[in-house]
Amino acid sequence: MSVNIVVPVKYVPDAQKQRQFREDLTVDRSDAILSELDEYPLEAALALREAAPEAEVTIVAVTVGPDEAAGAVKKALQMGADAAFHVNDAALAGSDALGTSAVLAAAIQHVGEEHGGVDLVLTGLASTDGEMSVVPAMLAERLDFALVSRAGTVEWGEDHNGLALTRATADATQTVAVSFPAVVSVTDQANEPRYPNFKAIMAAKKKPSAVLSLAEIGVDPTAVGRDAAAASVQSATARPPRAAGTKVQDEGEAGVQLAAYLAEQRLL
Amino acid sequence: MNVLVDLGQTGRLRSPDREVLTLARTLAAGGAVTALTHAPRAEDVAAELGGYGVSILYAPEGEATDLSLTDTALLDAALGESGATLVLGPNDAETTDAFARLAVRHSAAVITDAVGMAADRTVTKSVLAGGYTTTAAPTTDLAFVTLAPNSVQAEEPEEGPAPEVKPLSVSVSGAAATVTGTREAPASSRPKLTEARVVVVGGRGVGENFSLVEELADELGAAVGASRAVVDAGWAEHSAQVGQTGVTVSPQLYLCAGVSGAIQHRAGMQTSQTIVAINKDENAQIFDIADYGVVGDLNKVIPQLIEALRERRG
Ligand SMILES: Cc1cc2nc3c(=O)[nH]c(=O)nc-3n(C[C@H](O)[C@H](O)[C@H](O)COP(=O)(O)OP(=O)(O)OC[C@H]3O[C@@H](n4cnc5c(N)ncnc54)[C@H](O)[C@@H]3O)c2cc1C
Ligand SMILES: Nc1ncnc2c1ncn2[C@@H]1O[C@H](COP(=O)(O)O)[C@@H](O)[C@H]1O
Repeated sequence: MSVNIVVPVKYVPDAQKQRQFREDLTVDRSDAILSELDEYPLEAALALREAAPEAEVTIVAVTVGPDEAAGAVKKALQMGADAAFHVNDAALAGSDALGTSAVLAAAIQHVGEEHGGVDLVLTGLASTDGEMSVVPAMLAERLDFALVSRAGTVEWGEDHNGLALTRATADATQTVAVSFPAVVSVTDQANEPRYPNFKAIMAAKKKPSAVLSLAEIGVDPTAVGRDAAAASVQSATARPPRAAGTKVQDEGEAGVQLAAYLAEQRLL
Repeated sequence: MNVLVDLGQTGRLRSPDREVLTLARTLAAGGAVTALTHAPRAEDVAAELGGYGVSILYAPEGEATDLSLTDTALLDAALGESGATLVLGPNDAETTDAFARLAVRHSAAVITDAVGMAADRTVTKSVLAGGYTTTAAPTTDLAFVTLAPNSVQAEEPEEGPAPEVKPLSVSVSGAAATVTGTREAPASSRPKLTEARVVVVGGRGVGENFSLVEELADELGAAVGASRAVVDAGWAEHSAQVGQTGVTVSPQLYLCAGVSGAIQHRAGMQTSQTIVAINKDENAQIFDIADYGVVGDLNKVIPQLIEALRERRG
């Protein structure tokens, strides 16, 4: 048997740096990294592979985006993915989630053709820039795969043809069973993503990584991009910084002073 | 415009639902407001809906045991019957999933986690962990929008005739996951984190003695929150996590101790009305946004604060 896992990874501006919008109302990605929330599905895929060598897991990372997005798949290969695809096409600029998910679905099918089918798509909880959390469900809809969103734990099901998961809803924790093929989004509660060591970084250089155009995966370029978007961004404004207020050093009375402040502000 | 509200699985109106219903009535501007509940016993929720101007409540005939597929089919059926051009719901996982799937099915716009929507359908949303506010408008006739909690001032229901309850029966085919068990979260006597007027939050600086934070919260009648560092350490449940991958709170008073104020944490609390921070590091980022900051050891400040609060009530 063999199990093929695709992990869609997004490159996003680094949260530790100044993040901003460009004049065309797209996010400035010049200082981009693999979205931190996409490390969790990658780690989940690696853990599944390590837990069951007999399942013969292959992990393929896929990203959709311009040249800089290559950094996302590079990091995914360093973490341990076996192969990577980067869909890069001028027609993609300004795509919304509908467009991105259509391209990702076609790319996943392309992986399936090359590797003999895709069993599992493991995504992040949300992209750390757009924070939409819609791409996983859109992929399930487009591929006709089962969907489990926001999995907090990810384990093999019986016989390695599915998974046993838990997920938190607003007021309960569910246990869930899913058979392949499935799309599962993974939260940042699921695991502790590994850091690639030197050996892994060197090994990544020899792994197969390909750039694909829309034509190569059979996507009509007029169906994606800014003009095809179902929602158009009209403005992006930096949040005015919240001004700092009073700061007091504790000289032994800070607790009493704080109580007085709360009373004065009518917050008690 | 006709607006359909998705009320989710719980079978009762929670505060985020009231916000969505309030917004729906405003946006409908005289058009029909209809609603869908995914819970089989619709009567409980129906009674209050008339007060929000809801004319029809769609309700399923049975209980779903699969994830997402039946919920999506129910929403699609309600959408077809209602003739709505705007579908609104709270920003929870199940609602987001169904909206995303139907956006694909109907080639329609979907915007999640909005903080507002105007009469001209312009949606406001905060992105980059709260660093930017964007506006976007659907270019399609049909749009799906989920609303972040604490975005709209929820109205109390008025007197109004209860909506007509229309049963929906759907049959689904396709791949779906099965829910094999459900464990309800233990009931707490404290207010709900997302709804509380006062929220007390502990960070890594609190250490294992998280009960100190709980004691302060109880003194203030507050909900208890935590940073991710605390949740990762196992000192608090994930449901208590405030921030980008936890809950967003916007209380009158947000009081935190031992929290450094990382951008992902700020994303979940920076719209609080008054922010108070206790931290022993005078350069902690949290002080940049605190209305009142105490530079000091929380193990001294909090017990003294609790004592002072007790004396005041004395
Ligand atoms: C994709 C992503 C999503 C994330 N989502 C979230 C999220 O939703 N919520 C969240 O909170 N974090 C989130 N994080 C993590 C975030 O980046 C920080 O790591 C986290 O918020 C730090 O928690 P902390 O402030 O409790 O701990 P630290 O940063 O370790 O800060 C502890 C603070 O306690 C102070 N302190 C120590 N001892 C005392 C004492 N005795 N008295 C007073 N002060 C003391 C220290 O000075 C320090 O400032 C996310 C990170 C990523 C990458
Ligand atoms: N451009 C992209 N390339 C690859 N994967 C993506 C892209 N956009 C979104 N994803 C995947 O979808 C998940 C949810 O993204 P979103 O719906 O944009 O919040 C991410 O965590 C990724 O796994």
